[in-house]
Amino acid sequence: MNLFVLLKTVPDTVEELSVAADGKSLDAEWLRFKLGDADEHALEQALLLKEKHGGKVTVVAMDAPELDEALFMAYAKGADRVAKLTGELAGVQSLASARLFAAFLKQQGDPLPADTLVLVRSQAIDDLEGEIGPFLADLLGVPYIGVVTGVVPEGAGVKVTKEFAGGLRGEFSLPMPAVLGIQSAEKPPRYVPIAKVRAAMKSSTLETVDVTPEAPARVEVEKLYKPEAAGRAEMIEGSPEEVADRLVELLANQSLI
Amino acid sequence: MANGILILAEHLKGEVADITYEMLGAGRALADELKAPLHVAVIGPGAGAVTKGLGLADAVFTVDTPGAEVPAASTVAAVLQGLLAQKQDALVMVGWTNLAMGVGSVLSARADLPFVNFGKALRVEGGAVTVTSQLFGGKILSDVRLADGRGIIGVSAGAFPADAGRSDKAPTVEAVAVAVEAPPIQFVRFLEPEAGDVDITKQNVLVAVGRGIQTQDNISLAEELAEALGGAVCGSRPVVDQGWMPMSRQVGKSGMTVKPRLYLALGISGAPEHVEGMQNSQTIVAVNTDANAPIFDVARYGVCQDVLDLVPVLTEKIKARKG
Repeated sequence: MNLFVLLKTVPDTVEELSVAADGKSLDAEWLRFKLGDADEHALEQALLLKEKHGGKVTVVAMDAPELDEALFMAYAKGADRVAKLTGELAGVQSLASARLFAAFLKQQGDPLPADTLVLVRSQAIDDLEGEIGPFLADLLGVPYIGVVTGVVPEGAGVKVTKEFAGGLRGEFSLPMPAVLGIQSAEKPPRYVPIAKVRAAMKSSTLETVDVTPEAPARVEVEKLYKPEAAGRAEMIEGSPEEVADRLVELLANQSLI
Repeated sequence: MANGILILAEHLKGEVADITYEMLGAGRALADELKAPLHVAVIGPGAGAVTKGLGLADAVFTVDTPGAEVPAASTVAAVLQGLLAQKQDALVMVGWTNLAMGVGSVLSARADLPFVNFGKALRVEGGAVTVTSQLFGGKILSDVRLADGRGIIGVSAGAFPADAGRSDKAPTVEAVAVAVEAPPIQFVRFLEPEAGDVDITKQNVLVAVGRGIQTQDNISLAEELAEALGGAVCGSRPVVDQGWMPMSRQVGKSGMTVKPRLYLALGISGAPEHVEGMQNSQTIVAVNTDANAPIFDVARYGVCQDVLDLVPVLTEKIKARKG
């Protein structure tokens, strides 16, 4: 299979996020970046497909802070080729980035080889103007389905599992080439020791491709801010002993114990 | 003037999903303020039969699509684009749900409309709609104003009350023909939820674990607490994705929606995808090391501590209290 994985780093939400002085963006000073959860799963799903059915995994990402480590990690996990799109990419949102990725993919073959599968996160935590997958598929003229949690090759296409709600899922079949929005891989993303990542940094190189984004973001944020503190929980403070005593009392008062 | 609001009804197996009523309630308020007509689109095979409770709309358009029971996002987007042209609507509301995922993006690209997703609140300012969205797992909000009155809004499930949008009044229903190409995606079958050992939607007490539980072994701490409280353990997506818990125990967008008397959230940050599945629990107690975690916005009581420090002590004290 001709597998492509599109990756993106997002701010790590475990860290404190604060709004920059312009009131419209995040303060970059304290941000730490990591691959999104669904990005990790998209990569894992591609590696699983390669292991089971053969083929080649190409990872491609738009240049961003702290991206290189994630890309070398992809090499260490088993990616065959890693490319980075570089240029003036600040503020490039889903639609504009889909155009860049579509151009990159078309350079690999136009039309795309019949066994091509593009795996991308189903959604990122900052996709304010929508997910990239459907945009990209539309530009490539191939089918797209998102919230995918299982992929099995079947004839000239794939059979995929998509999640709905309440545990209900659906099975769909679609021809390749196709773009899939991955929610979860069939297995948890594999772990690679940091030594293997360092080895990949020495032995492999990141291919770079210069790009020029065309479309500006279509959605202009007027204001970015933190949720108001009003309506927040009554915080219980003290040692674990004291907190536990207070919680037991509160639960007992509500006849919960 | 083109100023109507078009809501994409969400339905599966002939049932209208709550998100539709949630959008209808919010959409009705917007339409009244903007003095605009409110329309609902029901799209799919047999769409004409799925109009229950849609009486708040000024008109319901049903569009039968060929083929699969669950149409592809690109098909739904193509129908909406056709309806926009025919009915002169300017604003589209779609659910930020697994089912509608992809519809807003494709429509945005094809119809050249701005798409604002993750919508949690809507207000009219100077004749235009401003959308408040939850970004970065609910830690940051953004305001986007649809200045020229046109656009697509992705609405979070649970952002508005469904009851306010449900009406027994018979709506005006019009079957509309929109020609769309047969999509290359085929719906094969439904995969019903795996029956778990415990039905978490029927529990009075749920002890929910998230990433903050750190390891699979630590889940036993939550199980002991759940046992002491006479409840069951459930989890957020990352815990289920790790394989630490079956899907039948997942709470949130893809998983179950629960309303227990007590929901104890341990090490759960409170991303919107999780919150939509538990926000209507009677009493929510959250424990998280991050004082800014959005879970504290929905919880009644909060504790800013490591669950691994608190939970064993709490379990012992509950056992002692119960005797």
